[in-house]
Amino acid sequence: MEALISLLIGVLTAGGVYLCLRSHTFPVVLGLTLLSYAVNLFLFMMGRLVIGKPPIISESATGYADPVPQALVLTAIVISFAMTAFIIVLALKARTEMGNDHVDGKGVN
Amino acid sequence: MGLAYLTFIPFIGAAFTTVSTRLGRYSSAWVAVITAAASLSLLLPLAHDVMAGQTIIQHASQWVPSLGLNIAFRLDGLSLLFTLMILLIGLVVIIYARYYLSPRDSMGRFYAYLLLFMGSMLGIVLSENIIQLLIFWELTSLSSFLLISYWQQREEASRGARMALTITGGGGLAMLGGFLLLGKIAGSYELSSILESGDMIRQHALYPYMLILILLGVFTKSAQFPFHFWLPNAMAAPTPVSSYLHSATMVKAGIFLLARFFPALSGTPEWTWIVTLTGLITFLTGAYIALFKHDMKALLAYSTISHLGLIVMLFGIGTPLAVVAAVFHIMNHAIFKASLFMLAGIVDHETGTRDMRQLRGLRKYMPYTALLTMIAAASMAGIPFLNGFLSKEMFFAETVEHGNSMALPWLLPLIVTAGGIFAAAYSIRIAHNVFFNGKAEDLPKIPHEPSRGMQIPVEILVGLCLLTGIFPAQIAGPMLSVAVTSTLQTTAPDYQLAIWHGVNPALIMSMVAVAGGILVYRSREALFTLQSRFDGMFEAKRIYNGAIRRLFNWSSSITMNVDNLSQKRMLWLLFVASIVMGASGFIVHDAPLAGARTMLPVDPMSAMVAFIMIAAAISTVVMHQQRFTALVLVSAVGLGVALTFIKFSAPDLALTQLSVEFITVVLLLLALFFLPQRTPDESDRLRQGRDIVIALLAGSGVAALSYAVLTREYSTIGDYFISNSVSGGGGANVVNVLLVDFRGFDTMGEITVLALAGIGIYAMLDKLKLLSPQQDEDGRPWNPDTHPVVMATFSRLLLPLALMVSIFILLRGHNLPGGGFIAGLVTSVALIVQYLANGVEWTRTKLPANTHPLIGSGLLIAASTGVASWYFSYPFLTSTFHHFHIPLLGDLELASAMAFDLGVYLVVVGTSLLILINLGLIHQVSYQPRITKKNLASPTTDSDTTPSRSAALKKVLPWKR
Repeated sequence: MEALISLLIGVLTAGGVYLCLRSHTFPVVLGLTLLSYAVNLFLFMMGRLVIGKPPIISESATGYADPVPQALVLTAIVISFAMTAFIIVLALKARTEMGNDHVDGKGVN
Repeated sequence: MGLAYLTFIPFIGAAFTTVSTRLGRYSSAWVAVITAAASLSLLLPLAHDVMAGQTIIQHASQWVPSLGLNIAFRLDGLSLLFTLMILLIGLVVIIYARYYLSPRDSMGRFYAYLLLFMGSMLGIVLSENIIQLLIFWELTSLSSFLLISYWQQREEASRGARMALTITGGGGLAMLGGFLLLGKIAGSYELSSILESGDMIRQHALYPYMLILILLGVFTKSAQFPFHFWLPNAMAAPTPVSSYLHSATMVKAGIFLLARFFPALSGTPEWTWIVTLTGLITFLTGAYIALFKHDMKALLAYSTISHLGLIVMLFGIGTPLAVVAAVFHIMNHAIFKASLFMLAGIVDHETGTRDMRQLRGLRKYMPYTALLTMIAAASMAGIPFLNGFLSKEMFFAETVEHGNSMALPWLLPLIVTAGGIFAAAYSIRIAHNVFFNGKAEDLPKIPHEPSRGMQIPVEILVGLCLLTGIFPAQIAGPMLSVAVTSTLQTTAPDYQLAIWHGVNPALIMSMVAVAGGILVYRSREALFTLQSRFDGMFEAKRIYNGAIRRLFNWSSSITMNVDNLSQKRMLWLLFVASIVMGASGFIVHDAPLAGARTMLPVDPMSAMVAFIMIAAAISTVVMHQQRFTALVLVSAVGLGVALTFIKFSAPDLALTQLSVEFITVVLLLLALFFLPQRTPDESDRLRQGRDIVIALLAGSGVAALSYAVLTREYSTIGDYFISNSVSGGGGANVVNVLLVDFRGFDTMGEITVLALAGIGIYAMLDKLKLLSPQQDEDGRPWNPDTHPVVMATFSRLLLPLALMVSIFILLRGHNLPGGGFIAGLVTSVALIVQYLANGVEWTRTKLPANTHPLIGSGLLIAASTGVASWYFSYPFLTSTFHHFHIPLLGDLELASAMAFDLGVYLVVVGTSLLILINLGLIHQVSYQPRITKKNLASPTTDSDTTPSRSAALKKVLPWKR
């Protein structure tokens, strides 16, 4: 399972990096979304893979997953939403002001 | 506590002055007068004890006790002298400025800055803790920056202010280093113990470094050579500011520190040589340059530099009598220099110029001003029966005394007399050149006497010059004696404040200086011609400007070499650097990739989800040019991430991811409407290949890293939270307890960032005019069927249910998966569905489009929950852990965490709605859903008829201005 998850994170990273290097705004936003998936998963996995032991205290529980990375990632998800929203609106603004959707505001790629 | 209030009253007054301008132009002057008077009234009861020889130390509160930082104030003779100067001269400057400032200048802003500065100065002279002192020290640099650049539209004002800030701010940094060393050496940051451990400090190995750092701070602030040049450039400030900053306060702050630390630092050869020589050079150069300045204020600026040098030199000589002379001259210089600046301001105000090549013969028009100027200038020159004479003669006597201990006993008195000659010459010039010297002509304005409001402050100060000069022992004696005692920290030496001491070397030096001054002034024309040949050479300002320019060029050339304004290139560099750093870590540390942890088996369901996610991610990349398809694919990846969270025991994360995913996709869809639907092909195949290589390297690096981490054991602090969650945080859901309780302060920061992002987006959208495409890129018109009936009906039915679910999630969040973040997102989803299904037109009548109040109240609730714990005298937001054991307070605690979560909830709802609704409103405004037959027949983008957003918003949102 560990190898599979590592592969998954790797693929998400590779896709994110490639799309971030495109020269139009929308693919870059998609790339950032993929990258933030990868980063959130990676941070989350710092608590190692634990199945069926949510960190909710109960008498019958046999153990708990690490709550610290979870709390960290929970806010990270919300903040990356805010970041994505900010960037896409910035892209809209740039498109209006520059007349094109190139990341550097150039007319051609 | 009196001293703390005394110090902070001006800061409070500053806030009031800005508001009070609404009550009329001059009300802010009144507020400033009342503020200074209030501080003064708090001082007077304490002053009585200090004059009786006491030192008052008041500990206001602890700050960081573990670092020895306390908020503490101290009032002794020295600080009383400075406090009186700051408040009294402040008071006359406030009155003067009320009449000086022109109707174009903002009074409220001026007095606010002035009071800020006044409070910072009081903080310096009244601080017991030296780190606290340094904070006020930096505050004077900042507030003087505001004062100097008060006339912001003038280039020289902002340049002068920047220069002053650079020099004094840089000195402040050096001083911080010096203070930290001093605190380390003395074992305390409290002045009381520092002043007592002088011997230990002077013998310490770090003493020379500490001394140099502190002196750098002193010399920059007090404009000593070679840092003197900021002061003349600060003359771009309004004259009341110069009169205040450069007579009694700002530049005296450095002198104050010399006096303050005198018992702890002085007496070593390093001290004597550095301080005396710096003072001497500054005294001479200042006096010399002052004579050649044609601008009245510039002359006064250089004379200030010179007098500061004189005082510094006296502290360098360091005998008890030299300290008496220094402290006495601090008082005298403050009084006559403040009045002279005000007089220069009067001349400038009434004639329109300060250029002494143009000014002459003004005594005919303003005889009274001429008289006042002559008295003040005579005091500066050191003429008997005036205060300047007394301390200057003490200074001459000290140099004779100090000279006797040197190889050439006549050398020092000779050099100092030469300085005295120039001092007399420039003093004569400012009176004679302006008010006599022929007939006044070619002036910008016909001069006349100023209003009484500008004269009275000067009269008070000049009156003090005369009174001190004639009755020194009665007027200045008591104050001087306590100030000297507290400076020396021992009993003051025997000295006599009298006008006549008999014929002695000092009197002869005084006479030579005045006579020489007259001679030099008479031959000024020849000297000016001679001096003009050297103009611009050896100017410290030029060296400074050159250094600054080189620094800027250097940093901008570095920036331009890296950043060629291409985002791709910057990202490329970032990725490559990360890969190199990561890879070098792998290579250098020779460890196996896999660790010893037992791996989990792969079950078929997980394998399938992972496969779908990988496939979706790869397809996103491959098909990214079809933007809509790519968006759908990316959201599939996001759903897969949510499933992964569920699988690996993170229900809270799964819920968050799911709801965020929904909002993000809606947002991106809205945005995509205004963007091209396809990405054009990239022409550069080589680049694409290169990017693929980087992406693959980055991906495999991260995969290898994840694998290495996941297969190793680790230790975590998580166990602490798990075992304390119920007992300390009162909740079974550890993730939520972490967010709202253990790490509540972090969450507070995060929701603030969220709110800022939302407001930033709102600001960007506010002026945005978007052209709405009428058809897609293949020429097909957008579907005019806006709101499918089935969806609209069902969404309305579902809304109460969805809201109930979100409230349920909010309430149970402390014990079961849920909480403010998730509940907020669920509510936003429920509301956004209404917009989607029913359209903005329908929904906006039911729901507010402006969710700022929601965000604000959310932040307020979260913050006040934190503040509430202060009420139980526990630190901000972290109180709950301590008193959960008591049953009654335990219930309270639970409520406080819930209230914090409610704040989180409101911010999340407010921000996500703010973003989406405003983007949606643009949509509504620019997209005209009523497509007529004519439009269908010839689908063209009629951009000309698309109304601007603001105009259209008026139609849609009648309450929007």
